[in-house]
Amino acid sequence: MDTVLEERKASIFAQELGCGGDGSSIGCERASVSGAVSQRACVYCGARVVLNPITDAFHIVHGPIGCASYTWDIRGSLSSGSDLYRNSFSTDLREKDVIFGGAEKLQRAIEEIVQEKKAKLIFVYATCIVGVIGDDIEAVCRQAEEKFGIRVIPVKAPGFSGTKSQGYKLACDAMMRLIRPHYDEKLKKCGVNILGDFNLAGEMWIIKNYFHRIGIPIVSTFTGDASYETLIKAPRAAINIVQCAGSSAYLAKRMEEEFNIPFFKVSFFGVEDTTNSILRVADAVGDAAAVKKAACFTTEERRKAESFLEIYRPHLTGRRAAIYVGGGFKAISLIRQFAEMGIKTVVVGTQTGKQEDYTVIRSLVDADTVILDDANPAELERFMRETKADILVGGVKERPLAYKLGIAFCDHNHERKHALGGYEGVVNFTREINLSINSPVWKYLKEA
Amino acid sequence: MLDATPKKITERRALRVNPCKTCEPVGAMYAALGVHRCMPHSHGSQGCCSYHRTFLARHFKEPAIATTSSFTEGACVFGGGSNLKKAVKNVFDIYDPDVIAVHTTCLSETIGDDINTYIQQMEIPEGKIVVHANTPSYAGSHIVGFGNMMSGFIQYLAEKKAVSNGKIGIFPGFVNPGDMREMKRLAGLMHGDYIMFPDTSGVMDAPNKGHYEMYPKGGTTIEEIRALGSVEKIFALGELTTKAPAIKLKEKCDVDFAALPLPMGVEATDQYIMELSHFLHTEVPESIEEERGQLVDIMLDAHANFYQKTAAIYGDPDTVLGLTAFALELGMVPKYVLTGTKNREFTKKAEALLAKFGANDCKAVDNGDLFELHQWIKNDPVDILVGTTHGKYIAKAEDIPLVRAGFPILDRYVHSYMPIVGYRGAMRLLELIGNALMDRQDRDAADEDLELVM
Ligand code: SF4
Ligand code: SF4
Repeated sequence: MDTVLEERKASIFAQELGCGGDGSSIGCERASVSGAVSQRACVYCGARVVLNPITDAFHIVHGPIGCASYTWDIRGSLSSGSDLYRNSFSTDLREKDVIFGGAEKLQRAIEEIVQEKKAKLIFVYATCIVGVIGDDIEAVCRQAEEKFGIRVIPVKAPGFSGTKSQGYKLACDAMMRLIRPHYDEKLKKCGVNILGDFNLAGEMWIIKNYFHRIGIPIVSTFTGDASYETLIKAPRAAINIVQCAGSSAYLAKRMEEEFNIPFFKVSFFGVEDTTNSILRVADAVGDAAAVKKAACFTTEERRKAESFLEIYRPHLTGRRAAIYVGGGFKAISLIRQFAEMGIKTVVVGTQTGKQEDYTVIRSLVDADTVILDDANPAELERFMRETKADILVGGVKERPLAYKLGIAFCDHNHERKHALGGYEGVVNFTREINLSINSPVWKYLKEA
Repeated sequence: MLDATPKKITERRALRVNPCKTCEPVGAMYAALGVHRCMPHSHGSQGCCSYHRTFLARHFKEPAIATTSSFTEGACVFGGGSNLKKAVKNVFDIYDPDVIAVHTTCLSETIGDDINTYIQQMEIPEGKIVVHANTPSYAGSHIVGFGNMMSGFIQYLAEKKAVSNGKIGIFPGFVNPGDMREMKRLAGLMHGDYIMFPDTSGVMDAPNKGHYEMYPKGGTTIEEIRALGSVEKIFALGELTTKAPAIKLKEKCDVDFAALPLPMGVEATDQYIMELSHFLHTEVPESIEEERGQLVDIMLDAHANFYQKTAAIYGDPDTVLGLTAFALELGMVPKYVLTGTKNREFTKKAEALLAKFGANDCKAVDNGDLFELHQWIKNDPVDILVGTTHGKYIAKAEDIPLVRAGFPILDRYVHSYMPIVGYRGAMRLLELIGNALMDRQDRDAADEDLELVM
C-alpha cells in the first residue's frame, strides 16, 4: 500500500519520495483532497477560535447543533473577568427552519438573550447550511443592533467556503467592525496592542506582565482575555505586535491602513524569540528607561532559563522531534526551541502554513527533514517511523496516533496543559517534553 | 458560565444553551467504526469531519479515523456527486478498507445529494462495498445517527437465507466498548451463539502494540452483518436507539426482535438474562447467579448511604433511563432526568419508572439542555450529578459531586474500557456513586464527626 496519494505529493517535501525534490516550492493553501483523512478544520472553526476568547461576548452559532456543540469551550483561553464565552449558544436549527428559513429563529434567539441578560456584544456565526439556505443574517444583526442599541456582528463562515485561514480573516473583519467606530484620528497614540495571543493557559498574562515590568503600557489584547471595553480602546495604541501571525497578521494590516498603527511580528516561544521580541518592543515604543529595563530584564531571564536548560539538556540531547501544528509561524518557533534543547526536528508539518513559512522552515532544518502540508495520519505515521521520531508535538487528533506508535507527545494546541509562552513557557515546555519522553511507561511498551 | 446562569427561568424557544447532545454524524461514525475494516466517510465539508473525529478521539482516547468529501463552493452549487466518487476511489486506493460507510451532513442533505444514486453510478473495486446512511443533524441527535447508520448497513447488506443460521443478534446500543464486552460475556455465559452489531470493542479500546493499525482486529465483519438477515432473533438493547434498526431488519428479512432497555441495574439486567434464557432454553449458570447475588449483597451493605439521596441524571436517552432505574433501585431520588435528544418515548419511560418507585416531585424531559438543568438545580439543588463531562460546570458552580457516566467523557480516563451494564457494571456504578457521596461526606465532616469506619 502506497501511503502517499499522487495528488498529495506536491504537498510533501521529502527527498526520497521525489516530492518537491526538484527544490521547487511546496503545495499549500489549498482545500484538502476528497477522500483524505484530513486533519483540517473549517472556515467557521477558524473564525470561532479567534473570536471565542472575547470573554463577555455572546457567541451564537446559527446552524444545526453540531457546529455549536463541538466549539463549546474548546479553547483553553483563560479569563480574568466574565465567563460568558464558555457557554454554548445556538439556534439548533431543525428541519422546518432549513425548509422555511431560519432568520426568524435567529432573531428570536437574539431577543431571548437580550431579555435575559445584559448583552453588549453578540457574534452571530452562520455555518454551512445557513450559507446554502441563504438567511439574511446581515439584516437580522443590523435590526437587532438598532432595536437594542448593542453590537451584533455577523460572521458569515460557512465551512465549505474555504480553509481555516479564511475563517481567521473573517474574524479579523468582525473585529474591525467592532472597533472601527471608536477610531478618532485626533487621539494621542500610546502603548501596545498584543495581537494573536489567546491567553491559553494564561500566556497573555505572562507577556503582559513582562511589559508591565519594563514600563510599557498594554492597551488591548486580541483576543486573549479581551472584553468589549478593552477591545474598543485598540485604535489608540501606538503599535501592534503580532504573535500568531497566521490568524492575526491580517488584522494588524487592516489597523495599519485604517488607524495608522504600525505593526511587527513577535514570538514568545523559546528563549531567543522571547528575548528578541521584548527588546524589539522596548526599542519601538519605550523611552530610554524602558529600553534599559528591558535589557536588564531579558539578560536576567535568559540567564535563568539557560541554567534551567543546562539541567535538562543531558536528558534530551540527541532526541528527535516531529512537529505537526496549525500555523507555519508556530512550527518555526518550535524548531528553534527544540534546537535550544538539543533536539533535532525530523518531521515538520502544518495545516495552514504559507509559502513563506515553508521557506523559513527549510532554512532552519537539515536536508533530510521531511516537510508536509496538511498531512494525514498515514503520512504522519510513515514519516515519523522512518525518521525515528521520539516525540510528536501536535493537536488533539494526533495524540492517540502518537501513543499507538509508542511516541511521546506534547499538545501545543488548545489543550496545552501549561503556559508555553515566555520564559515560564520555556520551563514548562521543557519539563513537558522531558516528562513525556522520559516517562517510565514507554518501557512496558517496548518489552511487549 | 458559572454565574451566567440566572436562577430565574424564562421561556426559551429559539435559543439552545449548553446542549446535551451532539449531531447525527458522530453517532454514524461511531457505529461505522464498529464494523471490521470499515472506513467511515463524511459527505460534506471537511470541518464537520474534523470535529467529529476530534470529539470521538477525546472520549475514547483512540485515533478515530474517517475521511471526508471536502466540499467546496462548487460542490454546493453542482452537488457533491463528483466529490464522493473521487473520494471513494481515493479511499480504496490509499486506505484499502473492505467497506466505506458514507454518512451525510447537514450540508449535503440541504443541497439534496442523493447518495444511493451516486453509489449506484460509481465504480467500486471488486469485493469492496460502499454503504450509506442519511444523517441530517437538523433532524436528530448523535443517537439517531447511530441508529441510522445501523439501518444503512442492514439495508445494504443483511440477507435472508432459506435456513436460519441458528444465531442470535445483539444490538448493544450507543455504549462504550467496555459495555459491549460485558454484554457479550453475559451472552456467552448463557451459551448464546451471537453476532454483535456494531461492535467497537477491539477497535475503540484496542490494546497498544507499539504500532498503529488503521483497522484493528475488532468490529462486526461484513459476513456477520449479512448473516444478521438469517438470525433467530435480535435483542435490541437500548431500545430508544436500536429499535429503529431492528424494525428495518424485520421489514427487510423478517427477523423477530425483542426491544429491551440497556441492561443496567438489577431489573434490566435480570430482564436481559431472562430473555436470553427463555429464548436459548438455557439455565442461568451459577456464575451469573453469583454475580447477581454479590451485587445485591453490596446494595444491602451500602443502602443507607444512598437512601433518599437526590440526583440529577442527564445524557443520552437509553443510558439515562438505565442510570435512573439503578438509582431508584438504590433508594435514591432522581429529581431531574434529562436528555438532549428529542424523543417523547424517553419522557414517557422515565415517568413510568419514577412512578413505579413512587418517586414524586421528579422531573423528566427530553429535548432539554444543560442550561435548563442548571436553572432547576439553582432553584432546588441535588446531592449528586450523574452524567457526561459537560455537567462539570454545574458541579463546580453549585459545588455538587459529579459522577461521570455516558457519552462524552472528555476529562477522565478508563471509562470506555469498563462496563456500567450488567451486574458487574452496576457494582462499578455503585462504587463510583457511593465513593462520590461518601468522599463528600468526609470532606464536609467537622473534625469531631469524621468517621474511620463507615
Ligand atoms: S453541519 Fe451538521 S453534520 Fe456538520 S457539524 Fe454541523 S451539525 Fe454536525
Ligand atoms: S457544517 Fe460547515 S461550518 Fe459547521 S462544522 Fe461543518 S464545515 Fe464547519
